[in-house]
Parts: sequence; structure tokens; C-alpha cells
Amino acid sequence: MRLRVPVRRTLVCQQAVELVTDYLEGTLSRADRRRFEKHLGKCHGCTEYLAQIRATIAVTGRVTADDLTDEMRTEFAALYRRWQHDRDAGERP
Amino acid sequence: MLQAAQPDPDAPLLDRLRAGDERAFMILVERYRPTMLRLAAGYVPNHAIAEEVVQDAWLGFLHGLSRFEERSSVRTWLFRILINRARTAGVRERRTTAISDIGATVDAARFDSGGNWLAPPQPWTELVDDRLAAEKMAEAVRLAMVDLPARQREVVTLRDVEGLTSAEVCGVLEISEANQRVLLHRGRSRLRERLESEFGRA
Repeated sequence: MRLRVPVRRTLVCQQAVELVTDYLEGTLSRADRRRFEKHLGKCHGCTEYLAQIRATIAVTGRVTADDLTDEMRTEFAALYRRWQHDRDAGERP
Repeated sequence: MLQAAQPDPDAPLLDRLRAGDERAFMILVERYRPTMLRLAAGYVPNHAIAEEVVQDAWLGFLHGLSRFEERSSVRTWLFRILINRARTAGVRERRTTAISDIGATVDAARFDSGGNWLAPPQPWTELVDDRLAAEKMAEAVRLAMVDLPARQREVVTLRDVEGLTSAEVCGVLEISEANQRVLLHRGRSRLRERLESEFGRA
């Protein structure tokens, strides 16, 4: 399914920002992509907006969670051993 | 859009797991537990229950090992088990999704009546190259993700934190590609907004 852009000659900013994800995902039609890029070519605000979405994706990729504590490591190791033990003891189907 | 299948980086661990190599299991746990915890948190009321759901999912994963046929990647399969367990355990999902998923992604007040920027984005992207600032930003995003509606958080977590393809995300969450894009769009837009409000300069 493609996002439908109202038929008009040029995009306005408010429409352009709604196309950013489809643009990055490569799901815009060729005509819409051309209109989007044409708008960007003359709009500083939307160019900045696209750059910020790209930067947001990059920053999100740096989000890491806390490392495992030793306690959790022990717990997970125990979980694995229990499973192994059950299996080797002839786990029921 | 379906991406071409890439070799599963976790596939070599499967044989080791089946052979009883505990280290292989710990590698997987280290790799995916944080994401699983974040996903589970979207469904259950507190951290302790989320931890339980994650443990339960790992157990389900181990028990399913002999049946896993590698038609999907290990992580897709693992996350699907997690989501199923979390949905069974949780009640929060329905309350938090629908309403907050509605609405434009950029505040309409920032445009004039013709739809042109009245208040264009405040620049901040150059800060990404500064290691310290980037760390602060990642922390801001981590916090902002907690406030996202559950579905948006799931999609953003899987795509942008975990790096799954859109096809994988659709498989894990059992949603359409179009739906996935809408959720991704809204989630990313909100995170951008948060970064702008914290780091943008007039």
C-alpha cells in the first residue's frame, strides 16, 4: 500500500514530512519520490528534517541496555542446565 | 518491501546449543535479553514481571530447539516467542496503543496555513559526532522510548535498536508492511521531536 499524495504540482512541507519514512524505506512511487526530492532541493527546513530523522535512527542504534549482572548470569546458566538435564533425562514430547 | 534473506549470524550457535554448549547460550542471552526485556515491558505492569516473561521465553526457546527448522532467523523466532508470552502475561497493550497512535507526526502549529514551515526544525545533528553528546542523546532516546505507545516502541526497538529488517519485524509482530511503516514513522518522529526539544538550538 502506498501513501497517497493529493494530486497537485508541488508538495508542501507538511506533506513532505509525512513521506520521510516511505522515502527512506524505498516504498514511494517514482513520481512521489521525484516530487519529494524536488521539494527537498529547495526547502532547507525539510532537508534539515530528513537529516534529523536519519540522525535519530543513528542515535537509536546506539541505545544499548545494561549488561547482565553476575546474578542474572548465574540464573540463566542455571536455566540452561535445567533444560539440558530435563532433555537428557528424556523429555516428554 | 521484502529484503533479500541474509545469512543468520546466530545459526552457528544453534548446533552448539543443541550439543549442550552453555557458552553458546550465554552469548545469545547477552545479545538479546535487553531487547526482549524492552519488548516485554510494553505488555506487563512492572519490571519484575517483564523479567519473568523473558525467562519464560528463553525456556520456551530451549524447549523448541529440536523443532526449530531455521525457516526464520533465530532472533525472529526468539522475539516471536517473547511477544506471545508477553501478550499472554500482559494486559497493558490494549490500553496503551490505539488512541496515542493517532495524529500528525509533526505538530500542525509548526506550519502556516499553506503547509509551509513556520517553525522549522532546530538544528542539532552536528552533535552526533561528539562522543559525549551522542551518549547523552542515546540516553534521551532510551528514556523517550519508554513513553512511546507499545506498538511504536516494539517496531522502533526491533528496527532501529536491534537492526531487524522490515520483513522480520512484520514476522515477529504479525503486522503488515504498511502498518509497520506507519508505526515506525510515528515512533521515529516522536524520538526526533524529543531530541530536538532537548538538543536543538534556536
